[in-house]
Amino acid sequence: MAEAIQFLVPRDNVLARRLSIISDLADLLPPECLVHEARGLAPFETDAFIAYRRVPLAVALPRTTVQVAAVLKYCHRYDIPVVPRGAGTSLSGGAIPQEDAVVLCLSKMTRIIEIDYANRTATVQAGVTNLSISNAVGTDGFFYAPDPSSQLACTIGGNIGMNSGGAHCLKYGVTTNNLLGVKLVLIDGTVVELGGKHLDAAGYDLLGLVCGSEGQLGVVTEATVRLIAKPEGARPVLFGFDTCDEAGACVADIIAAGIIPVAIEFMDKPAIEICEAFAKAGYPLDVAALLIVEVEGSEAEMDAMLASIVEIAGRHGVRKVRECQSATEAALIWKGRKLAFGATGRIADYICMDGTVPLGKLSYVLGRTAQIVEGFGLRVANVFHAGDGNMHPLILFNANDPVEAAKAEAAGNEILKLCVEAGGCLTGEHGVGIEKRDLMRYQYSDIDLAQQMDVRGAFDEKWLLNPSKVFPLDGRIRAAC
Amino acid sequence: MLIPTSETDAAYIIRNAAGQGKRLAICGGNTRSGLGQMVEAAEVFSARGLSGIVDYDPAEMVMTAKAGTPVAEIEAALARNRQMLAFEPMDHRGIMGTSGEPTIGGAFAANVSGPRRFVAGAARDSLLGIRFVNGRGEAVKAGGRVMKNVTGLDLVKLLAGSFGTLGFLTEVTFRVLPVPPAADTLVVSGLDDETAAKAMATAMSLPVEVSGAAHLPFTVRHRFIGGRLPEGEATVLRIEGLAASVEARAQKLAAVMEAFGPVTRLGSADSATLWRDIRDVAPYADGTSRPLWRVSVAPSAGHQLVAALRLEAGIDAFYDWQGGLVWMRMEADAEAELVRRYIRALGGGHATLVRAPDRIRAATSAFEPQPDAVAALSARIRKTFDPAGIFSPGRMSGRGGAV
Repeated sequence: MAEAIQFLVPRDNVLARRLSIISDLADLLPPECLVHEARGLAPFETDAFIAYRRVPLAVALPRTTVQVAAVLKYCHRYDIPVVPRGAGTSLSGGAIPQEDAVVLCLSKMTRIIEIDYANRTATVQAGVTNLSISNAVGTDGFFYAPDPSSQLACTIGGNIGMNSGGAHCLKYGVTTNNLLGVKLVLIDGTVVELGGKHLDAAGYDLLGLVCGSEGQLGVVTEATVRLIAKPEGARPVLFGFDTCDEAGACVADIIAAGIIPVAIEFMDKPAIEICEAFAKAGYPLDVAALLIVEVEGSEAEMDAMLASIVEIAGRHGVRKVRECQSATEAALIWKGRKLAFGATGRIADYICMDGTVPLGKLSYVLGRTAQIVEGFGLRVANVFHAGDGNMHPLILFNANDPVEAAKAEAAGNEILKLCVEAGGCLTGEHGVGIEKRDLMRYQYSDIDLAQQMDVRGAFDEKWLLNPSKVFPLDGRIRAAC
Repeated sequence: MLIPTSETDAAYIIRNAAGQGKRLAICGGNTRSGLGQMVEAAEVFSARGLSGIVDYDPAEMVMTAKAGTPVAEIEAALARNRQMLAFEPMDHRGIMGTSGEPTIGGAFAANVSGPRRFVAGAARDSLLGIRFVNGRGEAVKAGGRVMKNVTGLDLVKLLAGSFGTLGFLTEVTFRVLPVPPAADTLVVSGLDDETAAKAMATAMSLPVEVSGAAHLPFTVRHRFIGGRLPEGEATVLRIEGLAASVEARAQKLAAVMEAFGPVTRLGSADSATLWRDIRDVAPYADGTSRPLWRVSVAPSAGHQLVAALRLEAGIDAFYDWQGGLVWMRMEADAEAELVRRYIRALGGGHATLVRAPDRIRAATSAFEPQPDAVAALSARIRKTFDPAGIFSPGRMSGRGGAV
């Protein structure tokens, strides 16, 4: 069956020159930094959006900014598309290559360059994993806040490309709010530094523009990020409600009371069942909705905040309350949530959507989501970051059945359109990639898109960087296709 | 002055202006127009006619307002619901000697922030969505109503801090936060600039969530809260939150700060006044137009910059953002070349000439000159928004700038 999402047609002239391109790249990189044999290319054919795969022309794995610049300059000269890649954990196909493209994978650039506690910054190479930053500064009492669930594997370069979030971004913001500077290589090989240890842009906020640009404006090789003093403690509390409505209203009231918990996670009954079967965290199986609310501070502060939160939950008919008494228990409560996607993958194939909606519309959207998915004859489990309205409906289907696969994709698209209709957006964390590219006109007018594409063109006039992503293939401008 | 009363109106005027190559000096309340290069334009084009709160949902912590809405109106509406703008935007009227009403659009267009910026984010970090008219007269929207939004290129960040040179903001949607129920400020007295930097860094390494860290040297100390700060230099640290929490954290912080110098507490009323005065750079609201620099460097570099400059020029300075934001008033000459050279030597950052007499503004690059590649990129980006070059041309450029 034909794929629903198209890629750009690979350029014949590039494909024809494949061998000489590989030979030229071999002159720019040490042997262990270039992959071009079929077997070696396989892991780079896809990312976490596994329904789609393409064999790239070659994979470059540079160790230095100089090597990155050399590869980009070469590709720019010979009109070869380039697909940047971190750890390949993208859920939207951001790192999926195409046959005429060179994958530029930064996984060998793993050095932590400098940690500066007086200025609360860490400067790292782009291939450093998200969690390893917090790990490096943890014993000294600091951490790096944005914490996507894939943080064990995902790289800071990828986080910057996708402006990644995570459960703790309710209090601390997302990557763009914690990023101070980057070393960026432009498509023609020019190296620029944006930002640094100081705050605010000197002129235009190019750093803010680059964050979330999905590899289309340049390749980040180094980043300077904000470190924050670790709180004395963090404690989650678990609430079980009989209806999703009450859970949603409880979230709104907590925030209206002026309490900003560090995280508020929501799971519906199907999600609870799936996660509990896998993690055995002790989640109640007889509730319609589960909230995990986490607070931070000293013991006394956490006690006070939790008392307020429990009282608020009581006003919304909370049926189960589980406060945790130990670090082990806290870890267990979180384990179920953090492994939600893995747990789901055990019982079915699934696609994970990523729309955001205003908090007030959560109930409505959940209800409509159930209707939409049932309408396609499929099942859905919902986990999401309730504090900021970022939803992750997990649509379950059988990937071996192409009809079901198509239905799942169609159901996902309907849900995303619903998110936009409800005043939200197509993607809160996972990025547009290829997954939501063809829905962009649902959120933006042609003029809005043209303005974005013009800006993109100012960085990469030939549209060589990750060209099949983000912007609908039809109606592009200038040298786009 | 042209004052459109609707976005359609604004688009029409801009489209015509672009067609004729007629330059427009973009402003909101015109209270910050003295910041940046002087603009040669046929008309002043103001957003103040686009005023009014469009949508405000306290439970969602989001507000949408037309760009010309006075900041005062926004803050009043927020205060009635015990909410606030986390980035506490500076009011420039004191130091600029301007009158008029600062607008919310202006606050975002100039990325105006205050003391809390260094932990709570700048104006641009609170901005969720915008509507603007570009230099072709097209109405464009970017971002949305939700914080988690990675759909397409982040033009919201790009327009913030662009001083009207990329687009004429017509509507802004932004995040708001609850007002902390309690606040207090610790004053550590008698520290020189270098020791103050160490003390502030130490404070920021503690899990007490300091939300303001400033150092007021001897020459400016008396200009705050009617001179009631304790004698000597004042290193001030703000703590906000629930009352019991503020008390506990203040005590914890005081215990550590006592190693640096005597510690006193201001109480909530004086605390609020103090941080508003720091926000608005009160010591340099002196009725003059002596050159005033706003410098952003790494926190540990601020005092080094001032120390180096003091040897070569007449300057007066105080520090915010843990020492990383330095307000420097020059005696006579702006000394731009010197300031910029030392910033480079100390690891980078930028200096913006916020105020200066016209003859100095005309001869000085107000914004930090950028490396060629960045300047070229910025110029290309600007062209995609304003091909005819009609929006405040030259506002952000000068010797070395390209926009």
